[in-house]
Amino acid sequence: MIPELGQLCTVIALCLAGVQTIFPLVGAHRNQASWMAVARPAAAGHFVFLALGFGFLTYSFIINDFSVLIVASTSNSALPLLYRVAAVWGGHEGSLMLWVLLLAVWTIAVTVSSRSLPDELSSRIIGVMGFISVGLLLYILSVSNPFLRLFPIPMDGNDLNPLLQDPAMAIHPPMLYTGYVGFSVAFAYAIAAMLGGQVDRQWARWVRPWTTAAWMFLTVGIALGSWWAYYELGWGGWWFWDPVENASFMPWLIGTALIHSLAVTEKRDLFKGSTLLLAIGAFSLSLLGTFLVRSGVLVSVHAFASDPSRGVFILSLLVIFIGGALAIYAWRAPGLDRNAGFKMVSRESFLLVNNILLSIATGLILLGTLYPLVLDAMNMGKISVGKPYFDTVFIIPMLPLVLAAGFGMHAAWKSADAAQLVRRLRWPAGVALVSGIALTALAWGTGPVLTYVGVAAGIWLVLASLRDPVMWLLGKGPRLTASMIGMQLAHAGVGLFVVGITVTSTYSIETDQSVRLGETVQIADYAVTFNNLQQIEGANYTALRADIDISQDGEKIAHLNPEKRIYRVQTMPMTEAGIDATLGRDLFVALGEDLGDNAWSLRIQYKPMIRFIWLGCLVMALGGLIAIGDRRYRTAVQTEKIPVKSGTAARPA
Amino acid sequence: MKPRRQRMLTVGLIIVGVTLAVGLALQAFQENMLFFYSPTQVLAGEPPEGRKFRLGGLVEEGSVSRQPGELKISFIVADLENTLPVTYEGVLPDLFREGQGVVAHGYLQPDGSFSAEEVLAKHDENYMAPEVAELLAEQGHPVDGQPEKSVTN
Repeated sequence: MIPELGQLCTVIALCLAGVQTIFPLVGAHRNQASWMAVARPAAAGHFVFLALGFGFLTYSFIINDFSVLIVASTSNSALPLLYRVAAVWGGHEGSLMLWVLLLAVWTIAVTVSSRSLPDELSSRIIGVMGFISVGLLLYILSVSNPFLRLFPIPMDGNDLNPLLQDPAMAIHPPMLYTGYVGFSVAFAYAIAAMLGGQVDRQWARWVRPWTTAAWMFLTVGIALGSWWAYYELGWGGWWFWDPVENASFMPWLIGTALIHSLAVTEKRDLFKGSTLLLAIGAFSLSLLGTFLVRSGVLVSVHAFASDPSRGVFILSLLVIFIGGALAIYAWRAPGLDRNAGFKMVSRESFLLVNNILLSIATGLILLGTLYPLVLDAMNMGKISVGKPYFDTVFIIPMLPLVLAAGFGMHAAWKSADAAQLVRRLRWPAGVALVSGIALTALAWGTGPVLTYVGVAAGIWLVLASLRDPVMWLLGKGPRLTASMIGMQLAHAGVGLFVVGITVTSTYSIETDQSVRLGETVQIADYAVTFNNLQQIEGANYTALRADIDISQDGEKIAHLNPEKRIYRVQTMPMTEAGIDATLGRDLFVALGEDLGDNAWSLRIQYKPMIRFIWLGCLVMALGGLIAIGDRRYRTAVQTEKIPVKSGTAARPA
Repeated sequence: MKPRRQRMLTVGLIIVGVTLAVGLALQAFQENMLFFYSPTQVLAGEPPEGRKFRLGGLVEEGSVSRQPGELKISFIVADLENTLPVTYEGVLPDLFREGQGVVAHGYLQPDGSFSAEEVLAKHDENYMAPEVAELLAEQGHPVDGQPEKSVTN
């Protein structure tokens, strides 16, 4: 009964989404206030019924109703409550329910905070979001129904994949999806503005906090996924350039470009075309990412093609959303941009370069992700392009970007004085260059030139970002707004991230060794002793737990307990690494297999500065959060003079 | 800057950027493309010499051997027609088992064996690398219920 109620609620939500699409869009077109007034109540109803549908589905998981197909396939009665809830989005069908629910949540947020917007604009935005929901709900109800029953009813469920039974992995999909779906707001704003024919500074100001919020969630979501992969997969890697990871990273890159393009649109009424295109791009890549991961096309192109109902539906949805948006763009966007000029050296130029480089990086990642799929689908051979490809094509556009970003933040709008820019930043540049080389060489020894460049570039970005906040705190600089502080902090986060990646990829020590019980092996400065091994019982698994001591210069510094777990239901072995983390380095030990003769294979790794990678991401997200809090987003309509003077005048972000 | 020159600059920057990017990408692609071969294809001499490639098949039952206490391991990868000996030194993935599918990255040695730098088995016991599943299907022996579904995030 419960799942049928859930399905009924979802069907009602679909109907309301239809109402939410048609009445506001047509009403806005004909300028009928009564039709537009339908937008908010319809969106509220849509949300309530989706929440009910999702609630009923979750309830089926909580009470272990194995007559529901997806409960039986991704949950189990022995599963702790937290993971029974997380199992809702552990599979394809449930995760799409989460997706539409989050879309409804964002829609509600838009309806609540869009009261100061012109009715026409807000109705169109809500209508477009309703249209997206219609597409997704049709897909869910026709080919991906989470409420399907299973007969005969199994005694117990198939269990959640043990790899997903982890706190970080339980909240990773909601975070990631909140980010993905959040870009639908910028997308809806873009479509609505194009339909209304008005893309101006005020519009950009309205879109900015939404875009930044979505970007912030996506940043945290990706960082969580990376952190999980590091400690849970047992390999000690933090990014694999797996298609699943790329699927989340591409919208992030384009979303980042969108944030920067919006800044130009708000401050200078420029870059409107690229802002609209990037808004469409960010959401399109989010959709593509969701479907790449969830449709099974990555597992096997041919299995995907042999069950064409889902595939055809997904492709049609992508064509309708992306193609429709691009058609509207082609129809409405020409003639939007006004002809205001800017000098070669100016904030605008830096942001233009930024957007181009980010788009190039995205394009190359897209190529590496999709090309093997296309080739395989056409039976032209099975290839894969691995990490080296992605590393190469990512570093090439990113290194100049990091170097330029430090200058870009300090360049004035319209026309900047290059000599003054250099004067302002000579200290950060000098300190970064010297400390980058000296610190790296002293702390970790010599490395390739690119390592020094990377560390110096990271420090440069941190220092250049923090110059103004520090001057302000010292009382020597102008007062900063929340959005400027947020912007500077986010860039400092990128700097920390760059330092972390560079150091950890150059100076990590990774070794697989055969170690006997009681034996001590030396890894760099660290003596790793394998004390003993014992069997332990967990809630739903049995594990072998190793007891390992690590000492440095005769002094014991860490005690690790890596485990090899066997989960009872899926009888799947899993490696639970032992990690000793400090800000400066991680020591990582994973238990391999029994080699006989009292010896075990151990994967032992020393990872300097790896924490800076996730720390950098958190700082970026925090910067986004602070920027959203800026007062000017909360005041209704403002008129503001654009400061275009170069030099020490306040330079809004 | 005048709008006209500004547009020229924009277009110029984009052209230069895209050209550079495409050139570098093609080169990186060429260098890092890994082709997939079965033991039968390897024995037929299909993989280009001295190049890294991916070898896939089933780990032959009873073929896994190592000296007690040694990390170095050797096993035989088989499709349904031919076999190829493989050596590897390192920690094997959790789901590496005899009779199961495996994909190894590495080089062909002069003695005709395959030296693996990396051995992969995916995150799910029901999962078989799609290449391996399809390879077996092509040879007329589909593996039961494979590949079932991806389990990632």
